[in-house]
Amino acid sequence: MSTILEVKNINKYFYDPVKVQVLNGVNFSMNKGEFVSIQGKSGCGKSTLLYLLSTMDTNYEGEIWLKGELLTGKSSNELAKIRNEHIGFVFQFHYLLPEFSVLENVMMPALKLGLKSKSEVEHIAYEKLKMLDIADQAKKRATQISGGQKQRVAIARALINDPNIIMGDEPTGNLDSKNADLVFGIFKDLTSSLGMSMLIVTHDDDFAKRSDRVITMADGRIVSES
Amino acid sequence: MNNSVLVKIARTHLVERKKQSIIAALGVTFGIGTYIILMSFMTGLNGLLDGLILNRTPHIRIYNEVEASKVQPIEMADPFKDSNFVHVVENIKPRRSQASIRNNQGIRLALQKDPRVKGITPIVSARVFYQSGSVLLNGNLMGIDAIEQEKLFNFNQYIVGGKPEDLNNSKNGIILGAGVAKKLRLKVGDYVPMITSTGESMRLKIVAFFQSGLAEVDNTQSYANIKTAQLAANEGPSYATDLYIKLKNIDEALPMTREISEAFGVHAVDINTANAQFETGTSIRNLISYAVSITLLIVAGFGIYNILNMLIYEKMNDIAILKAMGFSGGDVKRIFIYQALLIGIIGGAVGLLMGYGVSVLISKAPFETEALPTVKTFPVNFELAFYIGGSLFAIITTFFAGYLPARKASKIDPVEIIRGQ
Ligand SMILES: Nc1ncnc2c1ncn2[C@@H]1O[C@H](COP(=O)(O)OP(=O)(O)OP(=O)(O)O)[C@@H](O)[C@H]1O
Ligand SMILES: [Mg+2]
Repeated sequence: MSTILEVKNINKYFYDPVKVQVLNGVNFSMNKGEFVSIQGKSGCGKSTLLYLLSTMDTNYEGEIWLKGELLTGKSSNELAKIRNEHIGFVFQFHYLLPEFSVLENVMMPALKLGLKSKSEVEHIAYEKLKMLDIADQAKKRATQISGGQKQRVAIARALINDPNIIMGDEPTGNLDSKNADLVFGIFKDLTSSLGMSMLIVTHDDDFAKRSDRVITMADGRIVSES
Repeated sequence: MNNSVLVKIARTHLVERKKQSIIAALGVTFGIGTYIILMSFMTGLNGLLDGLILNRTPHIRIYNEVEASKVQPIEMADPFKDSNFVHVVENIKPRRSQASIRNNQGIRLALQKDPRVKGITPIVSARVFYQSGSVLLNGNLMGIDAIEQEKLFNFNQYIVGGKPEDLNNSKNGIILGAGVAKKLRLKVGDYVPMITSTGESMRLKIVAFFQSGLAEVDNTQSYANIKTAQLAANEGPSYATDLYIKLKNIDEALPMTREISEAFGVHAVDINTANAQFETGTSIRNLISYAVSITLLIVAGFGIYNILNMLIYEKMNDIAILKAMGFSGGDVKRIFIYQALLIGIIGGAVGLLMGYGVSVLISKAPFETEALPTVKTFPVNFELAFYIGGSLFAIITTFFAGYLPARKASKIDPVEIIRGQ
């Protein structure tokens, strides 16, 4: 199995108001097609770690490798391109662009990537929405659908460029158990059928148990991997 | 592909805030519209005033200053050479014959061959008194070649009641200054009695009036053909007091004036020296037009700046999402610059139309002036350069108004925003 993501000895500090270390010597790696959950008490540094891995936060010590490529030290433009093409991000809160339709929201990262024509992108976006069972909402405005529907739209959007890895910060935190199950099913399916990797922060023990591996954190360190 | 998404996002942001966008665009519209109107009108007016003085003035005037000799005969006499003496001599007089430009026909022929010269025409100026009963009015009778004068100095623009050519047709014709005609209550076809400087009487028939709009000219000046004026001056057929020269390029007036006075030993004056204050007026009017338009555009620019700044605060979340999706700081910057440019282009285009429309209205409005009897409506200069300049102006100002907020947006840290939720 090939390594998709590798994290070497990450330290992260916050300086405001006083210097605090929130990540302390974090090391781990993930294989292609692997489904990994991250668990830990509130405030232990899960979100902070995820922001580093998603390349949005570049202020840390250590090294992050994606597909054998060192991300640490790359320019923000290069990182934006990598994020666009290879990383799908799902937030706890459904971040959609309120002025655009559901379909347009899903299409946006692919239009930014610019590899496919608009009609192709539209076709793919419909497929993703169908997969998440909300294709009937495609033409609605992003503000006109329910919270759970928004979360599924956000997942469809994260999938649009067929990224190598999906990172989620409590993506099912706002969903009822039925929809959480649906999302878990889809994630699981993507790992086996497309070989996508999943790195998901979750408080849901049930969700974590069903994943391939659980990383548990406490006080900015990894305390167990199973 | 990539760019069209950015444009689409920019457009959507604006369309969602119709009212604010329209107000911002209107600022640009008024700035550009005012610029077009002011420039068209002001330069139209400048053109009219140029026509009033500059077109009618020769680029170079050759004349003969009537002056006393620099070295008086008494100073040549040995006993009085010393400056200790006070020289008292009765009647130091310039010789009369010096009024004519010596060898003026030779000068004319020589200059006519010069490739820089568009035309040269002789003038015979004679002092006269217009007579009305016992009243005598000071006057100046100018002998001209009417056809040449019209060709070079748009003479016909100032003629009312007849044609300049009529001077050549009738031997005793005169084009009388409108001011004189009013004072003496004369009309076309009447005879004007005059007394020449040598005391002889003359009667000339009025073929038209001359109305320049400059009272001091209209109250004294009249035109006749060259022969008649020579007669009034009691001089022969080679007599000419001035030579008027029009050049192909006005900028050559000054160097050529120097050249001519050196080569022919005559006095010559160029148009800029003679009308220096006129240029000043033109440039001040231009300066005012630019100052007003630029001020309006800067105000419009602040409007755009303000609206984009507000928009960026509202759109923090969207900017964070876009960045999380993989839009770079440069992409975000471009989205907001496009918004500024869209406002600028739409507002500017409407401004150009508005400027053109109002200019057309102004150009149709009646404008009667003593100065130019042939002008009936306001002068407006429909020059393409103003429209091109206005468009560039709109785009540049809005670009800069958008640049600062756009740069701020590009620097927003998405992690901070996402954490803040
Ligand atoms: N901008 C910041 N400045 C200073 N300290 C911060 C900042 N952001 C987070 N922290 C601190 O870093 C630590 C880790 O925060 P983080 O958000 O990663 O926790 P978490 O594990 O995601 O918690 P939760 O499960 O509640 O989401 C916390 O103690 C928090 O107070
Ligand atoms: Mg968190």
